[in-house]
Amino acid sequence: MVMKGARIVLEALAREGCEVIFGYPGGVTLPIYDSLYDHHIRHILVRHEENACFAAEGYARSTGKVGVCMATSGPGATNLVTGLVDALMDSIPVVAITGQVPQNLIGRDAFQEADTFGITRSCTKHNYLVKDVNDLARSIHEAFHIASTGRPGPVLVDITKDVLLSQGMYHAPGPIHLRGYKVSLEGHAGQIKRAAQMIWEAERPYVYAGGGIVASGAAEELREFAEVLEAPVAETLMGLGSLASEHPHCIGLLGMHGSYAANMGISNADLLIALGVRFDDRVTGRLEAFARHAKVVHVDIDPAEIGKNRHADLPIVGDVKHVLGRLNKLLAETKGTEGRAKAQARARWMEQTREWRQLHPFSTAYSDTEIKPQFLVREIDRVLGGNAILSADVGQHQMWAAQYVRFKRPRQWINSGGLGAMGFGLPAAIGAQCGNPDKLVFALIGDGGFQMSLPELSTIASYGLPIKIVVMNNGCLGMIRQWQELFYNKRYCAMELDSFPNCELLAAAFGMKGRTIDKPQQVAEALHEAIEEPGPYLLNVKVTPEENVYPMVPAGGAVNEMILDTPAPVEVGD
Amino acid sequence: MLQLISLLVENKPGALMRVTGVLSARGYNIESLTVARTLDPELSRMTIQAEVEAAIRPLVIKQIQRLVNVVQAVDLTDTQAVCRELMLVKVRVSDEMRAALLKEAEVFRARVVDAAPGAYTLEATGASEKLDAFLEMMRTYGEIEVIRSGAMAMPRSTKENKRVTTKGKDLRKVSV
Ligand SMILES: Cc1ncc(C[n+]2csc(CCOP(=O)(O)OP(=O)(O)O)c2C)c(N)n1
Repeated sequence: MVMKGARIVLEALAREGCEVIFGYPGGVTLPIYDSLYDHHIRHILVRHEENACFAAEGYARSTGKVGVCMATSGPGATNLVTGLVDALMDSIPVVAITGQVPQNLIGRDAFQEADTFGITRSCTKHNYLVKDVNDLARSIHEAFHIASTGRPGPVLVDITKDVLLSQGMYHAPGPIHLRGYKVSLEGHAGQIKRAAQMIWEAERPYVYAGGGIVASGAAEELREFAEVLEAPVAETLMGLGSLASEHPHCIGLLGMHGSYAANMGISNADLLIALGVRFDDRVTGRLEAFARHAKVVHVDIDPAEIGKNRHADLPIVGDVKHVLGRLNKLLAETKGTEGRAKAQARARWMEQTREWRQLHPFSTAYSDTEIKPQFLVREIDRVLGGNAILSADVGQHQMWAAQYVRFKRPRQWINSGGLGAMGFGLPAAIGAQCGNPDKLVFALIGDGGFQMSLPELSTIASYGLPIKIVVMNNGCLGMIRQWQELFYNKRYCAMELDSFPNCELLAAAFGMKGRTIDKPQQVAEALHEAIEEPGPYLLNVKVTPEENVYPMVPAGGAVNEMILDTPAPVEVGD
Repeated sequence: MLQLISLLVENKPGALMRVTGVLSARGYNIESLTVARTLDPELSRMTIQAEVEAAIRPLVIKQIQRLVNVVQAVDLTDTQAVCRELMLVKVRVSDEMRAALLKEAEVFRARVVDAAPGAYTLEATGASEKLDAFLEMMRTYGEIEVIRSGAMAMPRSTKENKRVTTKGKDLRKVSV
């Protein structure tokens, strides 16, 4: 079919199943907007392009589908950069469409010209500059293929305005073949067999589950694995929800603010089964001290992850869903034979991790007169009961949420893990709500991050998105305050946030409900009120500022040397 | 020691930048880089020499291999690969020394590609160390100007290249 380039963009997007674009128009993308005028794809006009990308991520993270964002040339495209890097760090499938100045103007410092292709090269898994309308459809279909297969990630397609305006053929995509892009899903059968052997030889096996479980949809396989093996499962920030928090084998968050049990477990394990993880420094602390008694089985779809930060005694390159599926089968077959030798030791080990959990559970800070931030987050957990999507921003509230909030399944927990980009939480909630119109979406945000994303209140209002925004208002950049208290002799600098706007007036200005609370007795009731409100709700919760997130492994410290708010631990085991 | 990297990349705009980006993002300096089409016009062969610590080399290879435009990435550092470089040297030489210079050039199998009163331009190929030695020799004849191509490397047809890392199918069977 012959059509304008702009129309080809929408045809290709529609063919890929795109239902919604998060975007912001500009001179060179106007042809696309002209085609959108009578197209069924929905467009959500965010209030800043960075948020377009974050929203596309929120959509992708919560649905598992590719998120799509769009921006104009120059400033539009440069505003996408933070979101693209965020998606790259967390392996989130996003396709970004940007307009470029007409090709006869490229390189002439034209109005709103920027080298988007060059700027975003290192911010994306791959990117395209389309200068011929006949390459357009193929480029977009390849972008979806690359974004969603293998290790997912963001792909940007930069399209010159003349291409958008010229007539071209739209061909339905055939099978995509890229010479330099091969994904191995299967995992080496021999390696999988060896993994099974290593597992049955271990006395203290430990499962370290990450975002790869979520990306590959391997939650069911992970549960089976944990149950066959009867081993503790710790989750990374990106892996929360991959095993239900209530599952008896789940020992929660691992790493800098991980649970005592998770961090002691990994320090004493003799076998680490690392599934879809990248041994991030926020997990490992000082690498030399990390899991020093353990052999490592590392399963990842990206060969470049194997051995990057920690040597893998047994690498398996493949999709973790495939690999676990086959491993589970092998383990089930051999459990009664090879699996028996160390069964008792394994049971003792599981018991040990349970003891650790009881020894130092997460803080239960409570006061009758003021709202402890920990109490707020526990109440959110209690009221939500694992039934909502929770989008967090970055800071203390994010860490407390990761510690306290229980999830039943993957994709309920939305956060900026690898990049830790403040300003993520609110736009990501917009994307999540658009992708899950019938689900309850909560955004838990610090007063700092909230003020970074203020303009999106307008988006929420204009589309009537019933997002429940909870601002954990401690009057400061909490995580900065914590670090300055602990590591900079309480020389507080540039962390105070006074003159937070009057929440009721702010909400009213956008035509939504708003309320401020500061008494612990109000928390549950206010949360229920928010949930019962059919539209969006802004809840400003004043909490005690001087609270720290514990346990804490200081940056570069050993994982088992946590700062606890209780007496220091004695190392158990060997 | 420099890492010697041999790549087969799709001949597409930006492919070079993607590859060098993996090195430059870590602040690694590229000592030499050659690139040209292969028999398959869709592909280019690149040879790169860069200052990379030994421990990081396998990771660099994997991160380059991961790029969508890269079909094959091989580390030839500790292999017996054939490694050659092309050099052009212009030597300002006095009339009485011309004959001696030409004789010397012959020892190094260098050829005269341009001759003008007072100067010769010579072309030499060989392993980098040989070219270094040749340059030292030429310096003794007069002022010199040099252009070097950087190394090109080809794995030897031995068991060695069984270790070649490829994505998917075996590319050694494809003659490029
Ligand atoms: C864009 C960006 N800038 C700066 C930081 C560094 N940073 C990390 S946490 C934090 C404080 C966040 O404060 P707030 O939003 O109030 O949340 P709290 O820690 O109080 O929960 C800052 C400034 C960041 N992560 N992202």
